[in-house]
Amino acid sequence: MSDRRNLFNKVWDLHDVRTLPNDQTQLFIGLHLIHEVTSPQAFEILRDRNLKVACPNQTVATVDHIVPTADQSRPFQDGLAEKMMSAIERNCDEFGVTLLDLKDGRQGIVHVVGPEQGLTQPGMTIVCGDSHTSTHGAFGSIAIGIGTSNVAQVLATQTMFLSRPKVRRVVVNGDLAPGVYAKDVILYIIQQLGVQGGVGYAYEYAGTTIDAMSMEERMTVCNMSIEGGARCGYINPDEKTVEYLRGRPSVPTGDEFERAAAWWLTLASGDDAEFDDEVVYNAADIEPTVTWGITPAQSVGVSQPLPNVADCDAGEETLISEALEFMGLAEGEPVKGTPIDVAFIGSCTNSRMSDLREAARIVAGHKVADSVKAIVVPGSQLVREQAMQEGLHEVFEAAGFEWREAGCSMCLAMNPDKLQGREVCASSSNRNFKGRQGSPTGRTLLMSPAMVAAAAIEGRVADIREFAGAAV
Amino acid sequence: MTNTIKSVSGTGIPLMLDDIDTDRIIPARYLRCVTFDGLGDHAFEDDRQQDPRHPFNASKFSGATVLVAGRNFGCGSSREHAPQSLMRWGIKAVIAESFAEIFFGNCCSLGVAAVTAPRDELDKLAAAVEADATLEVVVCLENLTAKAGDLCIPVKMPSSAREALITGEWDYLGQLLSASCAVKEHVLTVPYLNGFSA
Ligand code: SF4
Repeated sequence: MSDRRNLFNKVWDLHDVRTLPNDQTQLFIGLHLIHEVTSPQAFEILRDRNLKVACPNQTVATVDHIVPTADQSRPFQDGLAEKMMSAIERNCDEFGVTLLDLKDGRQGIVHVVGPEQGLTQPGMTIVCGDSHTSTHGAFGSIAIGIGTSNVAQVLATQTMFLSRPKVRRVVVNGDLAPGVYAKDVILYIIQQLGVQGGVGYAYEYAGTTIDAMSMEERMTVCNMSIEGGARCGYINPDEKTVEYLRGRPSVPTGDEFERAAAWWLTLASGDDAEFDDEVVYNAADIEPTVTWGITPAQSVGVSQPLPNVADCDAGEETLISEALEFMGLAEGEPVKGTPIDVAFIGSCTNSRMSDLREAARIVAGHKVADSVKAIVVPGSQLVREQAMQEGLHEVFEAAGFEWREAGCSMCLAMNPDKLQGREVCASSSNRNFKGRQGSPTGRTLLMSPAMVAAAAIEGRVADIREFAGAAV
Repeated sequence: MTNTIKSVSGTGIPLMLDDIDTDRIIPARYLRCVTFDGLGDHAFEDDRQQDPRHPFNASKFSGATVLVAGRNFGCGSSREHAPQSLMRWGIKAVIAESFAEIFFGNCCSLGVAAVTAPRDELDKLAAAVEADATLEVVVCLENLTAKAGDLCIPVKMPSSAREALITGEWDYLGQLLSASCAVKEHVLTVPYLNGFSA
């Protein structure tokens, strides 16, 4: 009889150590990624209780959130950031954990580094004290973000407690139109299902649109699962997954790789796999998408107007009015043409090679509008190096973008890259919450890197499909 | 460590907004720290500065223990700094229409009682607390009710989380550690830790 379990349940069962007295599962964790923000208090708990890191070989650390992307000389100008940096250095040293730090050459945003190094593999349980850990689900793993108490638990036991979520299959079928990217697909899904539609679920993304995506595009989709309320999102491993991983530093070689690849492919949900729920969308309905509000579900196709408060569902009015007021946008107006002050290409959603290549293709031969400050922040040192070998930094710099060092940068306000006052930022990141980009009154419009590139040049939100020179 | 939490009582503070994300509960700049000390002072910092009438600015609510909130409370980042800042501000229980999952899990780890209630009941509770900030709110995890004056509303909590608080077994670390032998055996069954031949 065929195994009708979906991938999520197969992988969960494989890691189920036991049922705790309160009925939750003690789940074994295959890979624990850590960074400087959510780990210091966890190491402190270990010290207090005189505990060791249970599996240092399955624990890898990097630094990303607080890292300055312009001047990285130590000590950092921000004393608090310097303190956090020293803390992770000391903790990793003392507890025997590998740290990919600024001097290492492999440093970067934790969700870029894991896949890049081949640490992230199908069939694993992966956790990190960061909600965008869902990114790693692109490889067919169970990848979830955890809090600091959980980080301490995983450090000390390589396990954590969880209740098994339900699994919703989110199917997208058909070809994406020119100018429509993976980012638009996930923004559309969140717009349809809402910011809490995924609470209690893991999302399995499937369908011909997802099948056709590269691994980097799949990471963009899985990355924002949490923005739809789903703690975890994943895509079944296929030949693309295997080929992406072949030859990466942490992946086995030779016969062992062949055995690994064969096993990975067996994990995929079969045609008759069972799900708790299913939704189906058409790629043809997806436009280049832009958020206009203060939650990632508050978005519209770029050719569409902003909502009218009167037309909204009851109960939504307060949220929508609050968002429009904060954003300083008028109901019913087109989103296209909204002036921007800052353009940010980066973050764990969109800072990989394919993102930078596409953005560079669009800006080539153009100039950033005078009123716009534009920056490109590669997701890792290796992405940065590769981009420079391809000459992308020259394309960006010639257009007037600043070319930075790897880190989280302007995705959140923990390093020197911040919005000022009421600035409006066209951003390839994942969150448009109030204050997210560092100014309590700063405003964020989320969109694909290509759309950010076009907005930087036009000085306002533009439709990539009409953008001169884009040739999409 | 046994620390049973069967009920939480104290005065309330209403915040009936939806989709309150963790960046609003504790803005990222306050995450530049290596301990959670002092986070209580910065709960809702930016919202408070922009809105003088924010409940967390009102002196009448300053000693509150029970937060009454809307839908999808605590969405966004996994930062435990968010429930830590609320807890250090004085909150011991949150009654909301619904919670984001990571935030809920973090509350469980910290022994903060996070329970849900229907919107219309929450609106009544919020109104009662707004009208009288000295009103005592009692969240009872055994009966699954929240009482305030004449009002008694039903609340819900997943049985696993409720069980943990009532029995005092929300020190998960201790429980997880007690299975270290089972974990060692489990490692031998995980294909990717055994050359993919397990
Ligand atoms: S890039 Fe942004 S979302 Fe991603 S890990 Fe860094 S701060 Fe978090």
